Amino acid sequence: MSLISASRRATQQASRNLGALAPATRAVSSPRRWQKRSVNTQPAYEGHVPLNWFEAGFLTVGSALMALANPRRGDMVAALGDLTSGPVLPRLRDAMLASAEGRQILKDRPRVNSHTVDMDKLALLPEGTFGNAYVTWLERCGVTPDTREPVHYVDDPELAYVMQRYRECHDFYHCICGLPVNVESELALKFFEFANLGLPMAGFAAAFGHLRLTQAKRERLFREFVPWAIKCGSSAQSLITVYWEKRWEQNVEDMKKEFGIWDPPEPRWSRPLSEAKAAAVRRQQAAEAKLQQAAS
Amino acid sequence: MQRSVRQLRPFLPSSKSRLQRSPLVSAARHNHQDAQTTTAASSSAGGANLNNGSEQGSRTTHFGFKTVPEEQKENLVRNVFESVASSYDVMNDAMSLGVHRLWKDDFVARLKPGARGPMRCIDVAGGTGDIALRILDFAREKYADRETSVDVVDINAEMLKEGYKRFKKTMYHNTPQVAFKQANAQDMPESEFSSNTYDLYTIAFGIRNCTSIPDVLKEAYRVLKPGGTFACLEFSRVNNPLLSTLYDQYSFSIIPLLGTILAGDRESYQYLVESIRKFPPQPEFAKMIADAGFTTGAMHEGKGGAWTDLWGGIASIHTGVKI
Repeated sequence: MSLISASRRATQQASRNLGALAPATRAVSSPRRWQKRSVNTQPAYEGHVPLNWFEAGFLTVGSALMALANPRRGDMVAALGDLTSGPVLPRLRDAMLASAEGRQILKDRPRVNSHTVDMDKLALLPEGTFGNAYVTWLERCGVTPDTREPVHYVDDPELAYVMQRYRECHDFYHCICGLPVNVESELALKFFEFANLGLPMAGFAAAFGHLRLTQAKRERLFREFVPWAIKCGSSAQSLITVYWEKRWEQNVEDMKKEFGIWDPPEPRWSRPLSEAKAAAVRRQQAAEAKLQQAAS
Repeated sequence: MQRSVRQLRPFLPSSKSRLQRSPLVSAARHNHQDAQTTTAASSSAGGANLNNGSEQGSRTTHFGFKTVPEEQKENLVRNVFESVASSYDVMNDAMSLGVHRLWKDDFVARLKPGARGPMRCIDVAGGTGDIALRILDFAREKYADRETSVDVVDINAEMLKEGYKRFKKTMYHNTPQVAFKQANAQDMPESEFSSNTYDLYTIAFGIRNCTSIPDVLKEAYRVLKPGGTFACLEFSRVNNPLLSTLYDQYSFSIIPLLGTILAGDRESYQYLVESIRKFPPQPEFAKMIADAGFTTGAMHEGKGGAWTDLWGGIASIHTGVKI
């Protein structure tokens, strides 16, 4: 008897979980009060994949192993970040709510990608501004504000946005700290992010990422960059509250003073600054030409 | 048309960058109108084709648990298999923990290819060549038969490419024993596949992806010789409630996650497990085979029956003979 009832309960549990994974097909009707379920199985935002505790655990372990085995799997790194961010995201969101700038970000929910960042407009800004510094940095490192893997495994839509914002602002952190995109600088930045924001994924990357470095680079990382990262990151303002898109015209040095950031030890750039500056000048000229063409 | 339902409100109000959505999801979104009206019907019907008209009056069918216009299903399935092709074999091993190999071995062993002399076989939806290779090996090892040939047919070129690559590692490459042809199982051109040519028609884990099962069965009947055998290995209905619960849990929890982790593609594997649930149960499918003109066993499972369950019905072998 008990086996049958256990089986029936299990079937009900299974059908609840079934709902979790076939979300797009359920007809939507707001549940009546006594019918509300304790487990939310509808997707709360576009791209949301609701998971129960077992699936979340399974995916955490699986994505950790996969990310270690194949670090090029950005979606696995992102999944691990989503799943481990649990307790920290509300704190970040509260930090944003505590500052006027952060509140504006939460209201506007801006995205950072090649469509929303007007590179030509930024190239026209004078040297010394944040916009110009950002474009120069992108040029120097040879990267673009590409679309990062969207957030899937955070249940609350607002916290999901905070996580997405963190991922998309990563390049801004690179720029304001003046760090390129090679492995040792990325690790230094991960230490910085961990100290500044507290996200566990940044901590994991910091804790395990250096195992892939050569001995010399690792020594340099721990001797010079990590002390900077921890000191600077923990004393600086929480960078998740910064509305970068409204500060393109602001002077970079002023911004750094405002946030409490100072320069790290000189990192290893793949391209010399002169080359990047020349490219920036060329881009500026091209942008100006385009503007003139549009005006005429 | 009504915009997609409230549950999918984007959390980004002004996002100009539409994230790359797979065609599966966009098809589903466009057809939410249909989904709402036909979900109840489709979940109970379990039939191959749903002729519920939407407001436009188009014929719809199921694609996993979603409802899509019939014309679209082929494209959607093609996209699924194009994206899974390169990791298909690895994923099969991971999802079934290697058990699919036992099922396929069992399937081919029951058919005994080569027992009564060389056969002309056709393996449909046989992309990566699992069954074809087993047929040729079985005939060679058990009956020293090197004349049996298999035509591997698949609608998807990517899957055929994987099969061709695998066969290159075997002794059958560049021999008349194997041929790869791209064709739609529902509509195989008479010029390439003339009637009454084959002794054995196999389709393993492919028929549930076809839009119209009766059409596939009709084509199978056409190309088989009189006396030829039709054999289908497919995921089917598990009747034991305990096993069925465990199986459902595993299918809907673990398999899409394995797809996410190993292949970076949750949608395709979600489709795969949903399509299993939409496939007709054993008696119904056996009746469809009989309706196509085949002579089958009695309408029960096991010895003398029209089908044999493997692992409690997780997979099932249906056979029929063209008289």
